[in-house]
This record gives sequence, structure tokens and C-alpha cells, in this order.
Amino acid sequence: MYRYDHYDQAMVDARVAEFRDQTRRRLEGRLSEDQFKPLRLMNGLYLQLHAYMLRVAVPYGTLSSAQMHALADIADRYDRGYGHFTTRQNIQYNWIRLEDAPDILADLAKVQMHAIQTSGNCIRNISSDHFAGAAADELVDPRPYAELLRQWSSFHPEFSFLPRKFKIAVIASPTDRAAMRLHDIGIEIVRNDAGELGAAFYVGGGMGRTPMVAPCIRDFVPLDQLITYAEACLRVYNRHGRRDNKFKARIKILVHELGKAEYTRQVEEEFAHLLSQGIEPPAAELERIRTHFAEPPFEAGLPDWIDRSDPDFALWVDRNTVAHKVPGYVSAVISLKPAGGIPGDATAAQMHLMADLARDHSFDECRVTHTQNIVLPHVRKADLHALWTRLEEAGLGAANLDTIEDIIACPGLDYCSLANARSIPVAQKISARFAASGKTAALGELKLKISGCINACGHHHAGHIGILGVDKKGVENYQLLLGGSEAADTSLGKITGPGFDEEGIVGAVETVTDVYLRERAEGERFLDTYRRIGMEPFKEALYG
Amino acid sequence: MADLLGTSPDEVQLRFRTDEPVDHAAVTVDAFLDQSNAAAVRIEPGDDARALLPHLDRIALVEVSFPVFGDGRGYSSARILREAGYSGELRAVGDVLVDQIGYLRRCGFDAFAPDQPLDPEDVRAAFDRWPQVYQPTGDGRVPVWTLRHG
Repeated sequence: MYRYDHYDQAMVDARVAEFRDQTRRRLEGRLSEDQFKPLRLMNGLYLQLHAYMLRVAVPYGTLSSAQMHALADIADRYDRGYGHFTTRQNIQYNWIRLEDAPDILADLAKVQMHAIQTSGNCIRNISSDHFAGAAADELVDPRPYAELLRQWSSFHPEFSFLPRKFKIAVIASPTDRAAMRLHDIGIEIVRNDAGELGAAFYVGGGMGRTPMVAPCIRDFVPLDQLITYAEACLRVYNRHGRRDNKFKARIKILVHELGKAEYTRQVEEEFAHLLSQGIEPPAAELERIRTHFAEPPFEAGLPDWIDRSDPDFALWVDRNTVAHKVPGYVSAVISLKPAGGIPGDATAAQMHLMADLARDHSFDECRVTHTQNIVLPHVRKADLHALWTRLEEAGLGAANLDTIEDIIACPGLDYCSLANARSIPVAQKISARFAASGKTAALGELKLKISGCINACGHHHAGHIGILGVDKKGVENYQLLLGGSEAADTSLGKITGPGFDEEGIVGAVETVTDVYLRERAEGERFLDTYRRIGMEPFKEALYG
Repeated sequence: MADLLGTSPDEVQLRFRTDEPVDHAAVTVDAFLDQSNAAAVRIEPGDDARALLPHLDRIALVEVSFPVFGDGRGYSSARILREAGYSGELRAVGDVLVDQIGYLRRCGFDAFAPDQPLDPEDVRAAFDRWPQVYQPTGDGRVPVWTLRHG
């Protein structure tokens, strides 16, 4: 994985010094909260309902063992002994004191981490495929391109006061595991007919209150023009994106209002101009970054079978491991979704354990998924039982990946000052109910996502089943959506009808899953059945 | 309406040029395009900086207005002018804060007329803060990418 050189380290160290200075000026009263707010936000520090929240960047979701240990230490030293992994492959801490924030950033810098641009109206952490470098179906490892974009976007002077936040995802396989087309810019590394690598640009996707699937504006940008093309996309947005209304300020609105053709024309014009400016990094830089992502020393000739005599273990293998490109290895997913638990939360002790497991079983590397789980990307099949045993002992052995228990949920009204309703208790009730009834297995792949307000941090639009919490005359109310997907077949869910109270929504989820079990054809997932039979049978069951 | 007349040299707190400042007030982009003798023009966030490109040889001062610091359009306006070869004064005026001047300088600004005067020590710290930069922006600083590869 990528390691800082002295230049990268100097940048992060300078940022710590800058934020220490800004925090001091705020605590001395020389900066108003209005003036301090954008500065702390560019360092990932939010003021929430009860305390400051610090969001730490995990570039393209990749962590070393030492970095995971450091995250655990921060949870212990500065928070309440846990952290929350987010849908953008980051981690956030919910109980931070402003006075401690500079020290936390200094601790992070010691392990080549930071909170730079994890909030604010700037280019956010670049996300990627959590199986990068391991997936059997990938063209190349997408992370070198994500790292190049990370450097380009860090402290970019022109794009630090954009109309709104800006999220970029990079993938390099036909299976989209990063919700690429629901980002402001989604980049897919592709190969053209001449056999050259390039980048397809999808621009103007997003969730929030106006969900949109990004259209492809260019199907092949040569890799030696990647940064220049990205700069052109951003400049057109910075100049013409709406600033009169915060809720219409994302790039998806600009692309929608101009139309794909006109936005693309403007980008191409700016691109032609910028090509003459020499802003592209030297090709040697991409080569240098690529060497950091060289394959680990995989062993050849490892046994490619798994002893499945323990049925609980066999179930976990079936649910939580994914094919690896090298025989004898798998990618193992550690579920942070125990039945009845808080999606994405991990205690310091659990983080320390996951760090140890990454060191012992996965070439010192782990990944955060946008579904709020942790991946050990390169595990020998022969080691799986030992790995699983240690996970089970720590309460991390839930065998429920991609099932109805593997819920994405935003922090909701338990923490967030924007939320209208709580998300976490709804997630807890649903996973507990389905785990207890044993229906989880019968339902198979079923992606359920919960947001506590229309900002859609819980990706409810993209859930096979989505839940949106709203405020109805001072009472929490939950709308139900069906038919969303964030995968290569990206689609947006539709609302079933009137919402439900907290108990009612749990029952409503069970009702729609019963319709699926009754109506499904051989081999169909919930999403497939919904797409075939449409909304009516579900409405009928829900509202009679 | 006084704002529309632009800043005077007295209001410029920081200037990184040795030539004499323009001694008359800036005009709006529309007014500039209508008349031929102004050498100073003021760009508001919604103005298209590219409208000035045919006339750069007779402009000595461009003021770029930041009514609120969070409106970042002026950064692009500045780069567009510098990329087109504009070498006159580029002055950031309005809600210009010490935490933005480093970025502004990188985009080509060489004079600053903030509404609220900046603490000189904070200014020095801000300009000294970053030992390196990642991106080339036409400000002459050599990016890390180039340093790494000679």
C-alpha cells in the first residue's frame, strides 16, 4: 500500500500545525464560530448534537495494521472507546473535545493519516473498490489512480471553496462495488480497443434530496490526461455551479440543468485549454505510485479447499468470503453488523484485534467498505478457520454479509444535528428481528439502507429496501422505498406510500419480505422479484 | 454603492509588486467593455473573466471581489486571467481572510485589500506554512510531483 515520502509527511505535518494555530485562535476568541467553521470542517471536525465529531480520512479505504491500531488508540484516549466506520470508507469519532483535536491530528500524522478535507465544500476523500488488488474480476488495481487524485485534490487552491462538497470514486472492474455512479465524479479505469488503459468519466451522480445516477460524459480519457480532465470538470463546476441555494449546489444539479451535452461541451472546451497549461503530473509519478501497490508476495501452490466440517464456520465462509484472483486465497469480510448492534461501530478492542488479524493473515492490510464492514483482502484459505475462531471470540463473527442484517445506517438523530429521525434503533430492531426469526438465510441477498433525513447519508435511495426517517408534526415517521441499487445496475428506489412509526416500519419490512418469499421465481433476489412484479403486490400487502 | 468604485491603493494591505499602483478606481466589467480608456476593472463572482481576455494588454489592475469568503468563483477567475498571460495587478478585495490568502496567492493574486485588516503575524505564518505544494497552478512554485522526478 502507499507509504508517504518526506514530501507527503511534510504536508500533513504542516496541516497539523495550521490547525493547531487555528484552534488556538478560536479558543482565544480571535476567530468567530462563523470564521472557524469552514476551517474546522476542512479538518473533518463537525459540531453535532452533543459534542464535536471528528471524521478521519481512510484514503480509498485502505489501512495498515499500524494505522488500525492507531485508530483504536484514539478511540480509547480521546473518545468513549469506540469508533464508527462510514459509508465513505472513513471512520468518525463522536465524542471529541475541541481542545484535543490538534493532538489527535498529530497522533494520526505519526501513522501517515489525517482528517484533511473530510468535510467542507471541497474535494473529499477519494473512495474505491474495497476488493482492489484482490478481486478476481478487476482490470488493474484502481488505487494508484485514486492516490494520484488524492494528491492532486489535497489543498487544491482553486477548488477549496466549491459550491458544495465533492466526492470522487475510482473503480477498475465491471462489477461496481463502490457506488461509483452515485458520486459527483465516478471514474472507471477501462481498456480501449488498442489495449491502452484510460478513464471513463461519469459526472453528476449523487444521493441527497435529489438522487441522480451519473451519466458518462467521456468513455475514454488517456491516463496521461487524467488530472487535466478532472481539473476541467471541477473548474466548470466551480464557475457555474449554483451558489444561490445550498440544496441545489451539487454538481448533479448543474449537469441536470445544463444537460449532459452542454456540460460536456464546456468541460471539453476547458480541457482543450488546460492541456496547454502543463498541469498533468509526470508519467513517472504514476509509475512511482504504482510500485507502492505491487502485489504482496502471494504463495503459489496453496491448498485451494476449505474444511467445511464445522457448519457455523461453513456458513460464515459462504456468506462472508469472496473469490480472490490468486488460487488458495480469499477476501474475508468482517461484519460490523452483529444482530441488534449499531451498524459500522467497532470498539477499540475490536479494532486492535482486526489490526492483529490483518498483520497475521492479510499481508498487514485491511480495508473499510462503503457498506461499513472491514475486509481482510488476502487471506489463505488454510488460515480461515483460525481467523474465524478469533472473530467469533470477539463478537465479530456475524455471518450476514449482503443479507438483510447487513444494514447501512446513518448516525441519525442519536448524533446528527441535521437528522429528523433516529436510524440506529430501527436498524437494531430489524437485524435483531430477522436474526431471531431465521428468515435472513431464506431472503438471501437483500440490501437494506436507512437514512435519518433526506440528505441520504444512509443511501436509502440505493437500497433494495430503503428507509427514510422524516419528521411528521414532531413525531418520527419512516417512509419505505423499494427497488434501489448501487451496483452496476444502479437504480433509485420508489416510495411505497404513507410512512410508518418506529414499530410499524419494522413490521412493514417484514411484510414486503414476505411478499418476496411468496412471489419469487427460481434464483431471483428480492430486487429481481420487485423489478419483475412491480410495486403493486407490495402496496397491496402493506396498505390492503 | 461605493463598493462599485473599487478599492483605492490606501486600502491595499498586502502587495507583492514593485510597479506603481493604478491611481484610478476600477469599473465594472460591463462598464469596461463599453468604454476604452479604463485600465482597472472589477470582477464580481458572477462575471465571466474570459470576457476580458481580448483586452488584457490595456489592463493594469483587476480587482476580484469576494463578497463572502465561501464563494470561490474568484479563484477560477484569477487562474483564467493568469493562464491567458495577464501580468498586471490581481487584487483580492472584500471578505478576504488570513486562512484564504495562501490559496489566493497560489491562484495568481498579488495584492490583497481585505475588509478587515489582517494580523501581520498571522499573515506571515500563513505564507510560511506550506513547505511544498502538490499541484502546479502557474504561480511558479515547483510541485512535489516535479521535485520527486528531478
